[in-house]
Amino acid sequence: MNLFNLLRIAYRALIRNKTRALLTMLGIIIGIASVIAMVSLGQSSSKSINDQISSTGTNLIMVMRQNQRQGGVNIGSANVQSLKEEDVTAIMRKAKYISMASPVISASGQLVSGSNNWPGTIQGGNTSLLVIRKYEVASGTMFTEPDVRAAAKVCLVGQTVADNLFSNGENPVGQTIRFGRIPFKIIGVLASKGQNQMGQDQDDIVVAPYTTVQKRILAITYIHMIMASAMSEDVAPQALNEVEGIMREQHKLKAGQDNDFQVRSQQEMLKMMNSVTGFLTVLLAAIASISLVVGGIGIMNIMYVTVTERTKEIGLRMSIGAHNKDILLQFLCESIILSLVGGVIGIIFGLILSYAASAALGWPYMVSTTAVGLSFVVCAATGIFFGWYPAKKAAALDPINALRYE
Amino acid sequence: MNRIIEIQELRRTFQVGSEQVHALKGISFFINEGEFVSIMGTSGSGKSTLLNILGCLDRPTSGEYFIDGTAASKRTKDELSTLRNRKIGFVFQSYNLLARTSALENVELPLLYNSAIPSKERRERALHALEQVGLQDRLHHMPNQLSGGQQQRVAIARALVNDPVILLADEATGNLDTRTSYEIMSLFQKLNAEGKTIAFVTHEPDIAIFTSRTVQLRDGHIVRDAPVTPKAAAESLAALPVDVDF
Ligand SMILES: Nc1ncnc2c1ncn2[C@@H]1O[C@H](COP(=O)(O)OP(=O)(O)OP(=O)(O)O)[C@@H](O)[C@H]1O
Ligand SMILES: [Mg+2]
Repeated sequence: MNLFNLLRIAYRALIRNKTRALLTMLGIIIGIASVIAMVSLGQSSSKSINDQISSTGTNLIMVMRQNQRQGGVNIGSANVQSLKEEDVTAIMRKAKYISMASPVISASGQLVSGSNNWPGTIQGGNTSLLVIRKYEVASGTMFTEPDVRAAAKVCLVGQTVADNLFSNGENPVGQTIRFGRIPFKIIGVLASKGQNQMGQDQDDIVVAPYTTVQKRILAITYIHMIMASAMSEDVAPQALNEVEGIMREQHKLKAGQDNDFQVRSQQEMLKMMNSVTGFLTVLLAAIASISLVVGGIGIMNIMYVTVTERTKEIGLRMSIGAHNKDILLQFLCESIILSLVGGVIGIIFGLILSYAASAALGWPYMVSTTAVGLSFVVCAATGIFFGWYPAKKAAALDPINALRYE
Repeated sequence: MNRIIEIQELRRTFQVGSEQVHALKGISFFINEGEFVSIMGTSGSGKSTLLNILGCLDRPTSGEYFIDGTAASKRTKDELSTLRNRKIGFVFQSYNLLARTSALENVELPLLYNSAIPSKERRERALHALEQVGLQDRLHHMPNQLSGGQQQRVAIARALVNDPVILLADEATGNLDTRTSYEIMSLFQKLNAEGKTIAFVTHEPDIAIFTSRTVQLRDGHIVRDAPVTPKAAAESLAALPVDVDF
C-alpha cells in the first residue's frame, strides 16, 4: 500500500473520533508544552543572569580573606587580618594584567540626616573603586587622592540612600549626614544601577575614602577585601593567577602552603551561576518529561483499548484485502499522527507559556530551537514506541474471528 | 464456459480442545461465470465455513480450491489478502460499514488497499458502484443516516467496487424485513443479469427461489445440487400487499 493511502486511512480513522483523538493528545500536549516552557525559561533565566553579571563587569577580580581554623574550629573570616594596604600597593606595582586596584573596607550602621535615618553600609575604597565597580557619579564629584590621604569625612551616596535620607527632595550634594557619631559631607550621588543578579539593591550604598572607614570608624589596621580590574575580559584568567602569585609573595607563603586569602573573578561567578541554572534547567526539563512519558502511555492505553473496540473494523479491513502490515502501519500511523499533532500543539502552547512567563518576570525571551527540534523527535518516537504494541496486537487478529467479534 | 470457482474434496476440520469438529467433509463442485448460486442448509451444516474458504478468509484442511484459474488452497495470509482484494466481493449479514464514514468513503475502502488505482479512478469507480445499487443520491450520508436496506446496498456497492470475479454473500438478507429482502434480491438478480457471478448463503427457502442454482449442505456434505428456475424478485416485490409490514 502506498504511503498516501496509508495516511488517508489513518487520518479518516482518527477524524471519525475527534474528541477521543483530542483527549488522547492532551497528555502529549501538556508534556511537550511543559518541557518547552521549562527549557525556555531556564535559558531565559541564565541569559538574564549573564546579562547582569556582564553589566557588573566580567573583568572584576576580588581578593578576599580566607576563613581560618584554629584547632579545627572554623572561626570565619571576620577577624582575619591577613589583608593589608601594602598588598594593594604591591599588586598595583607588580601586576601587568591589572589596571586598577582598591582596598575595600565596609562598615554597617545607622545613617542619619535630620529626622530621617536609614540602616546602611559604608564602603571604603580608593579613588578607582567606582570605576572598578562600574558605578558612575550622577551629580557632584568623586573624592580625590588628598581626601584619601587626609581620611576626609566625605562620601558619595547611592540613589536608594539619597531617596530615604532626603525624602522631601532636596539636593543631597553638600548636605551632611551622620554615621554613628561621625558627620560625613555628601559630595556626590551615584547613578542608579538597580538590582544585581542576587536581587540586591546596588543603589543602597555609601562610598567613602577607605582611610576614613579604616581609621575613623573601625579603627583597624588591616583591610577587608581588595577589588581590582583586569586589563580586559580576555586576560582576566591571567590576571587572576598573577594576583594570586603576588599575594603569596607578599604573604611569604612557601610552596605547598595553603593560601591565606581567596582570589575570585567575576568570570568564575558567571561560570558557577551558569552551572547552577544549567542544572536547574535540566532538572525542570526532567520533571516535565515525566509528564511526556505519562502522555505517551496515555496514547498506548487508548490505542490498546481501541484495538479491542475496533476489532470488527479490523476484521472488515482484512476481509477487503488489507494485509497484516497495512493494519500494523495504520495503527502505528494513527499513534504517530496523534503524538506529532499533539506535539505541535504542545510546542505552540509551550512557546506562548514561556513568552508570557519571561515577560512577567522581566527576563529576555529565549526560544530553544534544540528543545523544539528534540520535542518533535521525541513525539515521533513516542508515537512509534507506544503505538507499536497495540498495532502489533491489531495486525495479529484473525479476520474471521475479528468479523465475528461482538 | 469460464470456471470461476472449482473445489475438489474440500475438508475443513476444527480443533476444539482435544476434539475434532469436521465442518466440511470432502465436498466438490464448481461455479461457472454468470451463475447465481444459493448455498443452503440448516444451522451448523457448514455454509459459513465453506463461504469463508471460497472467500479466501480461511484455508481448507485438505482439498483443492481454484478461483478464477488460480490455486488458492495453499497461499500465505498476505497472498490471500491480495486475492480477496482483487477477486472477491463480500456482503455480510451485519453490513460491516465503518461508522461515521460516508457511503462514498465506505465504498472507496477496498481500493485504498490497491495501490495500483489512482485516487481519481477510485472516486469514479466508487460513484459508479453506488449508482449500480441505486444510491447515487446518498453519497455523503453516514451509515446511521441510512435504513438497513440502504446500508446493505452500500455494502454491496463496496463489494462491487473492485470488480470482483464473484460476489459472496453470507445471510445478506438476514437482518432485513421481507420487502427489503426482496429489494436486495432484486438488486442481486439485476447484477447477475449484468454478468456478475454470485454465491449466496441463506437458510431461507423463499430467498433461495430467486437464485438459479441451489447447493444444499447437510452436516458437511453436499446433499443436493440442482439448477432451479429463478423467480423474479421484482415480481414478488410487486405482489406484496402495499402498506403491509411483514
Ligand atoms: N472457528 C471454529 N472453531 C470450531 N468450530 C467451528 C468454528 N467455525 C465453525 N465451527 C463449527 O463448524 C460447523 C459449521 O459451522 P458454520 O458456521 O459453517 O455453520 P453455518 O452453516 O454457517 O450455520 P448458521 O446457519 O448458523 O450460520 C459448526 O458445527 C461449528 O460449530
Ligand atoms: Mg453461518
